[in-house]
Amino acid sequence: MSTQPKRTLRLGLIAATMATVLVGAACGGTTRGSEDNANPSGNQATGQANPDAPLVEGLDVAFLPKQVNNPYFTVADGGGKSATEEFKGKYKEVGPSEASASSQVSYINTLSQQQTDVIATSANDPNAICGALNSARQAGAKVVTFDSDTKPECRDVFVNQATAEGIAENQVKLISEQIGGAGKIAILSATPNATNQNAWIELMRAELKKPEHGKIELVTVAYGNDEDQKSFQETQGLLRSYPDLKGIVSPTTVGVAAAARYLSGSEYKGKVALTGLGTPNQMREFVKDGTVKAFALWNPADLGYLAAYAGAALASGQITGAEGEKFKAGKLGEYTIGKDGVVVLGPPTVFDQGNIDQFDF
Amino acid sequence: MSARLAAPAVPPAEADESRTRFVRKLWLAREFGIVVALGLLVLVTTLDNPAFLSPQSLRDLLLGAAILVVLAVGQTVVIISRNIDLSVGAVLGLVAFATGKLLSTAPGTPAVVAILAGVGLGAVCGVVNGVLVAAARVPALVITLGTLYAFRGIDHSWAQGQQINASDMPRSFLRLGTWTVLGIPVLAVIAVVVMAVVGFYLRSYRSGRELYAIGSEPAAARLSGIPVGRRVLTSFVLCGALAGLAGVLYAARFGTVDATVGTGIELQVVAAAVVGGVAIFGGSGSVYGAALGAVLLTTIGSSLAVLRINPFWQQAVVGGLILAAIGLDRLLAVRAANRLRGRSSHGA
Repeated sequence: MSTQPKRTLRLGLIAATMATVLVGAACGGTTRGSEDNANPSGNQATGQANPDAPLVEGLDVAFLPKQVNNPYFTVADGGGKSATEEFKGKYKEVGPSEASASSQVSYINTLSQQQTDVIATSANDPNAICGALNSARQAGAKVVTFDSDTKPECRDVFVNQATAEGIAENQVKLISEQIGGAGKIAILSATPNATNQNAWIELMRAELKKPEHGKIELVTVAYGNDEDQKSFQETQGLLRSYPDLKGIVSPTTVGVAAAARYLSGSEYKGKVALTGLGTPNQMREFVKDGTVKAFALWNPADLGYLAAYAGAALASGQITGAEGEKFKAGKLGEYTIGKDGVVVLGPPTVFDQGNIDQFDF
Repeated sequence: MSARLAAPAVPPAEADESRTRFVRKLWLAREFGIVVALGLLVLVTTLDNPAFLSPQSLRDLLLGAAILVVLAVGQTVVIISRNIDLSVGAVLGLVAFATGKLLSTAPGTPAVVAILAGVGLGAVCGVVNGVLVAAARVPALVITLGTLYAFRGIDHSWAQGQQINASDMPRSFLRLGTWTVLGIPVLAVIAVVVMAVVGFYLRSYRSGRELYAIGSEPAAARLSGIPVGRRVLTSFVLCGALAGLAGVLYAARFGTVDATVGTGIELQVVAAAVVGGVAIFGGSGSVYGAALGAVLLTTIGSSLAVLRINPFWQQAVVGGLILAAIGLDRLLAVRAANRLRGRSSHGA
């Protein structure tokens, strides 16, 4: 009995040593490889754009979402995959299972060592991954952010799903139509500290100040923390606290689905209007049973698709990320890069009873 | 409770005595402090906004607490035997996804079959926990922390980022989440039945009492011939099965299921049990207390939303209220203990 563990221990030690040696050798290999390539590709970043350059075939394209297993990013990355197949690149998706600030760093370092040509990522934190992204760019990778940006100096291009102004305008328009242009409304947001949510809410307030929305009063903002249970409770709280509430706007997919599910089984169904940003699959049931008339979202698959094409255009030298450069993104057509290297996907799509069955995401 | 008070038809003098005895018993009951805390919370919220006690609002409170109650009842059985099951959130998530998957691929499946399948899958997870804890003799905290990640990992790799939505599941099943019988949500009825059955088992069955003995002093329990390993295994299987049931109810209630469902809920469950007077080191506490703890935690969440507390402060307020509830409970327990001591010294 007593020799058995010892032998296992010794075997384990040998295995561990061998593994260390192997890993060391492998690392050495990749590091040397990246040094060889670092200089020429590093120089490319400052080179001139050639709009007529053909898209290079066989590009290594990696998608690094905020979190794997998040349905939204699964769809977005799926769009990236089909784009990559169109321009004959090699697609892969890697990412952390938790959307914490620094969880993406090790993935970026690995991608950088693997000589990936294009890294398309949605940043969990605008600062935390900056260093890793910049060393990846020095190693020759082109970095495209989508959905959530980093600081502009850490990436080549940011593909924005929609402008904050566009979203705010769209949401206010939808709720105004559904409550007949007058009455009290409330917003059900994600977490109190979510940057994009807060930006949209501020712009919605500004939009509501316009004379055509003068009869609409925004009474409060509630936070469902993107949890089902909390969003349920907050929706209930809103309806209790404001008995004459006419409508709720929830610009977050978890919140709008939870609020719809609650309304559909309560006495408020059909009496309190609900709109927001949600996916058609999530909301289909509630549009069909009459709880929700219309809601909106950009198409995440198009977002990933555009990010992949932007990355390919960068890696092929068609664009450098400077303002005013143009590139073609397959079926989506031509896009122009705006200020700070931002490309905007377009206005959000509105889903209602009439068109919801044409979408599957 | 008033029904129980009024029930016995006895002569006046005796009735008077039995009433004072009952009041004293009530006062001494471990759960009394939580009832007082819950009453205070509801009172304050209702004074601020009378709509808090509207029928729809009460239904929502019961619905909101049902899932946590089922989980807390299962957790109590494990904690009483001086163990803990941190994997309940992962089991709930796995079963909720499995239920969604089952119902979206075979929409004709009756709700009863879905519930049985969910309970079965949860029980299997419980067997894994129980066997590891009982056989490996490693603290349950460590084992279930491991299985928490393992079960969640299975869930993630199975889901592959897929989401199951309300429109994928049959309406008859989703109705389970909103259905009411005589104004009482079916989910709440299920939770109460679970609580009553498990409470009866722990109180009146030999094997149930043995769980308390194991939790009080495992070594003594083993020496007095209690099959400790088997009882602990049973408690984990029961807890897993109830987590499975909670998973099915979750799918029915929220209608949207992905691989992240129930992440972090295990801490709420443990908090509910502890707030409800279940000793974290085993040996004492009841499922009724834990269920009340779960109701209290959910009510705190709901009343904060109605009181429109600044969202930046909400979590801190929740923490403060939990501490206040435990403090009140402790105060009452100390007073009761003092009075017991005083009475016995007088009697001698």
